[in-house]
Amino acid sequence: MVASMPVKDSRRQFLATLSKLAGVAGGACLFSLGLGLYARQASALPAQALRPPGALAEDAFLAACLRCGLCVHGCPYDMLKLASPGTPVATGTPYFIARDKPCEMCEDIPCVVACPSGALDRSLKDIGKARMGLAALVDQETCLNFLGLRCDVCYRVCPVIDKAITLEKLHNPRSDRHALLLPTVHSEHCTGCGKCEQACVLPEAAIKIYPVKLAKGKLPDHYRKSWEERAAHGGSLIGDQIQMPVRGMEGAAGSAAVPSQPALDSTWKP
Amino acid sequence: MEKASAAPGNTPDAVSPAPTFFARLRWGKWLLLRRLSQAGILGLFLLGPWFGIWIVTGNLSSSMTLGVLPLTDPLLIMQSLATGFIPYQDALIGVAIVIAFYLLVGGRVFCSWVCPVNPVTDAAAALRRKLGIKGGRAPAASTRYWLLGGLLITAFLTGNLVWEFVNPVSMLHRGLIFGMGFGWLVVLGVFIYDLLVASRGWCGHLCPMGATYALLNRTALPRVSAERRAACDDCMDCFTVCPEPQVIRPALKGTDSPLIKDPECTNCGRCIEVCALDVFRFTTRFSASTHRRTTS
Repeated sequence: MVASMPVKDSRRQFLATLSKLAGVAGGACLFSLGLGLYARQASALPAQALRPPGALAEDAFLAACLRCGLCVHGCPYDMLKLASPGTPVATGTPYFIARDKPCEMCEDIPCVVACPSGALDRSLKDIGKARMGLAALVDQETCLNFLGLRCDVCYRVCPVIDKAITLEKLHNPRSDRHALLLPTVHSEHCTGCGKCEQACVLPEAAIKIYPVKLAKGKLPDHYRKSWEERAAHGGSLIGDQIQMPVRGMEGAAGSAAVPSQPALDSTWKP
Repeated sequence: MEKASAAPGNTPDAVSPAPTFFARLRWGKWLLLRRLSQAGILGLFLLGPWFGIWIVTGNLSSSMTLGVLPLTDPLLIMQSLATGFIPYQDALIGVAIVIAFYLLVGGRVFCSWVCPVNPVTDAAAALRRKLGIKGGRAPAASTRYWLLGGLLITAFLTGNLVWEFVNPVSMLHRGLIFGMGFGWLVVLGVFIYDLLVASRGWCGHLCPMGATYALLNRTALPRVSAERRAACDDCMDCFTVCPEPQVIRPALKGTDSPLIKDPECTNCGRCIEVCALDVFRFTTRFSASTHRRTTS
């Protein structure tokens, strides 16, 4: 039929087809690019949403995760969720909210085993090495231990107790006769499981899990800690220092054994 | 209401053979089988989360059956590969099994026998027919392929599985298993689009997942054949129900093979059961008989 048409008509038809094709292609490409923009925006992970153990860095995770939910089904404690449309987490990707349901840190890490794509990295064999986030005692104004009480709940529920969270004893200047036992997080041991945040007894947790990037500061590369350098070197790097005598301060507070303050009232009772 | 109250006293009607439930719905064997297949597959996925019977875990994007059979969706893997990520062997084996299966039975068998959006768009098409909605404007059928290319390029540029942010297919299936959220809106959008804007618009013109499966639809063993096309009385019933009506013409009205070999044919079998003259039947792509008469 086309062959019998005059050349001019078939050329016109060809051009019409071409322009229609260009419209379709252009429309599809524009839509795709807009979608890419939307996807980038919709992929901003809120701080409370934590990825399962072994998750690749967020950018790589979004490229690798198949949004299949096998990790969610793999979790024996049912604490992982798949983001549904409307949730401010990339649609279909797994996450958990520590305050609701923290990670139970299974030794065999079934969620990682279940992941078919490698978005959860199987080189993670020891759950203690997982870094789902990092705990931070963000509010010292409300933390009961900072107020001088012995709450200690975050410390006691921590699966890596005495390593990831320790209680640091400090003098309590308010009563002047008690100790403050301050929950202190150590990033080299904290897995970000979220047990402490979930267990915090306050209506709003004073200790929270954040993505490591948000929670962790960074020293400039050239900083050295004298005590570490000294320990590594087996002694002072600049040799023993001459102790200079203090002149004209004899009898002043701190320079001798003279008590500067009255002794504690021995009749005090709590 | 009126009908129900009138029925008991209406004896003459009760005597005459009343049309069966399926006949009234104009359901046939293949439609029934397809709905069973769709519901059965979805049911397998739901057995775990609903009843604790874990036969299949995951969803259509990637799943594991009985702990041994991994299955992965090709479009998901294509997007992931486009970002430059190489998935684990599990996902690659899964996608190889899926590709091999659909090369055998026909890629778009996914669309009509598995996809959870198919009942939605079928319902939209049925309602459109019932309401006699004729208007609207469908984009070119090639749009889905451009979209497929566009989203793969965008995946490459952004390092993200971009289609999964809007994909109604994975969103509906994932939502039914893991929680819908606002995913209903997207599915409703597809329904309204198909109902009011474009007839068979989503599956037939836009869905890049269907486009991917159509690429695997060139070697399918089972194919529909318009074997008794000489009997066709041009009633147009098959064209009306077919989700890809353009695939019928060459087989039905052409002079060479009556096999419908068009890669857009979804092997749904609707044409077979709506044809009053039994023109169509399922056969294999190797069936050479052009004029064989079937005795029924």
